Amino acid sequence: MIPPTYYLVVSIILFVLGIIGFFIKKDLITQFLSVEVMLNAANLAFITFAHSAGSLDGQIIVFFVITVAAAEAAIGLAIILLVYRKHKSIKTEDIHLMKG
Amino acid sequence: MAELFWLIPFFPALSSLLLILFGRKLPRKYIAFQACLAVFFSLALSILSFLSLLGSGHEGHGLIKNLFAWIHSGSFKVDLSLQFDQLTAVMCLVVSGVGFLIHVYSSGYMAEDKSFARFFAYMNLFTFSMLLLVMASNLVLMFVGWEGVGLCSYLLIGFWFEKPSAADAGKKAFIVNRIGDAGFMLGIFFILLHIGSAEFAAVNHAVEAGGFAQGLATLIALLLFVGAIGKSAQIPLYVWLPDAMEGPTPVSALIHAATMVTAGVYMVARMNLLYSLSPVAMQVVAIVGALTAVYAASMALTQNDIKRVLAYSTISQLGYMFIGLGVGAYSAAVFHLYTHAFFKSLLFLGAGSVMHALSGELDLRKMGGLRKYLPLTFPTFLIATIAIAGVPFFSGFFSKDAILTSAFANGQYLIWALGLMGAVLTAFYMFRVVFLTFYGKERLEPEAKAHLHESPKTMTIPLVILAFFSIVAGYVGLPIVLGKNVNLFDRFLEPVIHAPHGAHLSLSSEWMLILASVAVALFGIFIAYVFYLKKPDIPHNLVARFPWLYKLLYNKYYMDEIYNATFVNSTIKGSELVYKHFDLKVIDGALNGSAKTMNTIGKLLSSLQTGLIKDYALVFLLGALILLGYFVF
Repeated sequence: MIPPTYYLVVSIILFVLGIIGFFIKKDLITQFLSVEVMLNAANLAFITFAHSAGSLDGQIIVFFVITVAAAEAAIGLAIILLVYRKHKSIKTEDIHLMKG
Repeated sequence: MAELFWLIPFFPALSSLLLILFGRKLPRKYIAFQACLAVFFSLALSILSFLSLLGSGHEGHGLIKNLFAWIHSGSFKVDLSLQFDQLTAVMCLVVSGVGFLIHVYSSGYMAEDKSFARFFAYMNLFTFSMLLLVMASNLVLMFVGWEGVGLCSYLLIGFWFEKPSAADAGKKAFIVNRIGDAGFMLGIFFILLHIGSAEFAAVNHAVEAGGFAQGLATLIALLLFVGAIGKSAQIPLYVWLPDAMEGPTPVSALIHAATMVTAGVYMVARMNLLYSLSPVAMQVVAIVGALTAVYAASMALTQNDIKRVLAYSTISQLGYMFIGLGVGAYSAAVFHLYTHAFFKSLLFLGAGSVMHALSGELDLRKMGGLRKYLPLTFPTFLIATIAIAGVPFFSGFFSKDAILTSAFANGQYLIWALGLMGAVLTAFYMFRVVFLTFYGKERLEPEAKAHLHESPKTMTIPLVILAFFSIVAGYVGLPIVLGKNVNLFDRFLEPVIHAPHGAHLSLSSEWMLILASVAVALFGIFIAYVFYLKKPDIPHNLVARFPWLYKLLYNKYYMDEIYNATFVNSTIKGSELVYKHFDLKVIDGALNGSAKTMNTIGKLLSSLQTGLIKDYALVFLLGALILLGYFVF
C-alpha cells in the first residue's frame, strides 16, 4: 500500500511543472498542454483525498473536471486555429491586441 | 348654476389648449368663433354667479370651492381653491366682459394676420390666467395667475417677434415685472412664515385677531406693493408699459389697459385689512400713486404716437387707483378700475380702429380731419375721451371724483392737489389726441388716404357697446351729495372691503370738491381746444420758448437712458466680468482640470495593460499564491 503522501507529491510536481511550462513556453499549444497538466495534477489530488477519506465526492468532481477539460480542449484548439489564421503565428508575444 | 362658478376660468383654458394643439389645422372662422365663445361662457357664468351673489344679500360672504389640496407638506398646506365674493365678482365681470368684446374686436382686427390661432390661444390663456388671479382664494394660487398673465403679456407683446423692437419690448416687460414679483413673493413668504397659511380668509382672520404687529404688517404690505408696482406700472417700474405698445392693439387694450395692469390694484384691495393696519404703507401707496399720476400724465403731453399717449394715460390712471387705495378708499379705487376698464379699452380699440383705417399709421402728426371718414370710431372715441377727462355724467367723472374726494376727506391735501393737477393734464392730452386725430387739417400720407375706410362690424360693434358702458358704468357709484346710500358700488363691496370710517365732509365741501374736479377737467379741455384748434402756433411757440422742457418730456425724462446707464449696463458689465474671471477660469478650470487629472491617471494605469497573456497569468499566479498564503498561515 502506497501512502497518499506519495500521490500528493506527484500531484504537486505535476502542477509545478505545468506552471513552469506555461511561463517558459512561447507558443499557445504548449501553454495549453501545460494547463491540461495542471488540471490533471489537481485531479490526482482530488482522487487521493477521496480515496483516503473513503468518499466518492472527489471522484465525481474529477469526472466533471475531465468533461470540462474536454470541452475546453475543443474550444481552445479551435480558438488557437483561428488565431493562427489571422496572425500567421501562435507565439504569445505576437498577440497583444489588448495592449493599453 | 352658481355653484358651478369655479368653472369660469376653465372655458378659456380649454379653448386655449385646443388652439395651441390643433390651431394650425383649424379654419380661421372657427378659431375666432371658439375663442370668443369660450370667453362668452365665462362671461355668462360670471353674470349668473354675480346675480346669485346679489340675491344672497349683503351678508353673503361669497362662495369658496376647494378643488383639491395642491401642496401639502407637514403643517404647510395650499389648496387649489377658487372663490367668488363681491370683489371677485366685479373683477370677473370686467375681465370676461371687456375680454369678450376685445376677443370679438380681435377677430376683425387680426383677420389678416398669419398667426391667427396663436394669437387667440394666447388671448384665451391670458383670460384664463387673469380669471385665476382674481378668483384664487389664497395668495399662492393668485401668484400662479399673476405669473400667468405676466407670461401672456410677454408672449403677446412679442407677438410679432420678427420685429426686434417687439421682441425687446416683450423681454423688457418680463424682466421689469420679475423685479416686482420678487418683492411680491417675499411678501407671500412672510405671510406664510407668520401665519402658516396663504388663504385670504386666514390672513384677514389673523389681522382681525391682532396677529400682525405693525412693523411686520408694514413690511409685508410694502413687499406686496412692490409686486403691485411692477404689475401696475407705477414709479419706478413703469418703464415696460409704454414699450408694451409694440404688441397688437387689442392686446394693449385687454392686457395693458383694462385687466392685467389692474392686478396690483386688485391685490391691494384684496389685502385691504392688512394695509389698513399700516399707515406708513398706505402713505407710501398714496404718494407713489399721486406722483405716478402726474408724472405719467406729463409724459403723455408730448408724445406723437397715439398708443404711447394712451399707455402713459393708463399709467397715470393706475396712479389714481393707487391714490384711492392709499387713502383708504378701496372701493373707490376698485370703482375707478371698473370704469377705467371700459373707457380705456375703448380708447385703445378706437386707436386700433384708426390705425386699421390708416393702414397702420400711429403718428398723430400724420392724422387729422378723420371725423368724417370714421363715423363710428369718432363718436365712440370722443365718448371715451370725455369719460377719462372727467366731464360730469360720464363714468370716469364719478370714479375719479370719488377718489379725489376721499383723498381730501382724509386730509391728504397735497395728494389731492397732485390728483387735480393730473386731471388737468389728462383732460388736456386726451383732447389733444382727439383734436389732432379727428379735427383740423388732413395731414394724411397719400397712400393711407387711398385706403381710408371705416372698420368692419366685428370691430365697430364692440366700440359701440364699450361706449355705452363708458357712459353708464358710473351710475352705480353716485357721489354722496345726491343722497345717502346711492353709492350701490360701495355697498355691494362692503362685505369684502372693510373701509375705515374716515372723516365725513359736509355736503357743501363735497359740492366744492366736485366743482373743482369739473372745473379742472373743463380747463384742460379748453386749453387743448385753444392750443390745437384755435391757435395751433401756440404749441410751437411754447416749444421754442422752453426747448429744454419739451425735450425732457419728449424723451420721457430720459428715464430709459438712465436705467440703461445704471442698472442695465452695470448688470451687463458685471456679467461680463464674472464670465471672464469666474466662468472661464474657475468653473471651466475646475472642469477641465478634473478631466485632465483623470486622463493622466488613466494613461499611467493603462501601461499595466500589456496585452501579453503571460503577464496576466503571472499576476494571476501571484494572487493565487497570496490567497494560498492567507488561508494556510
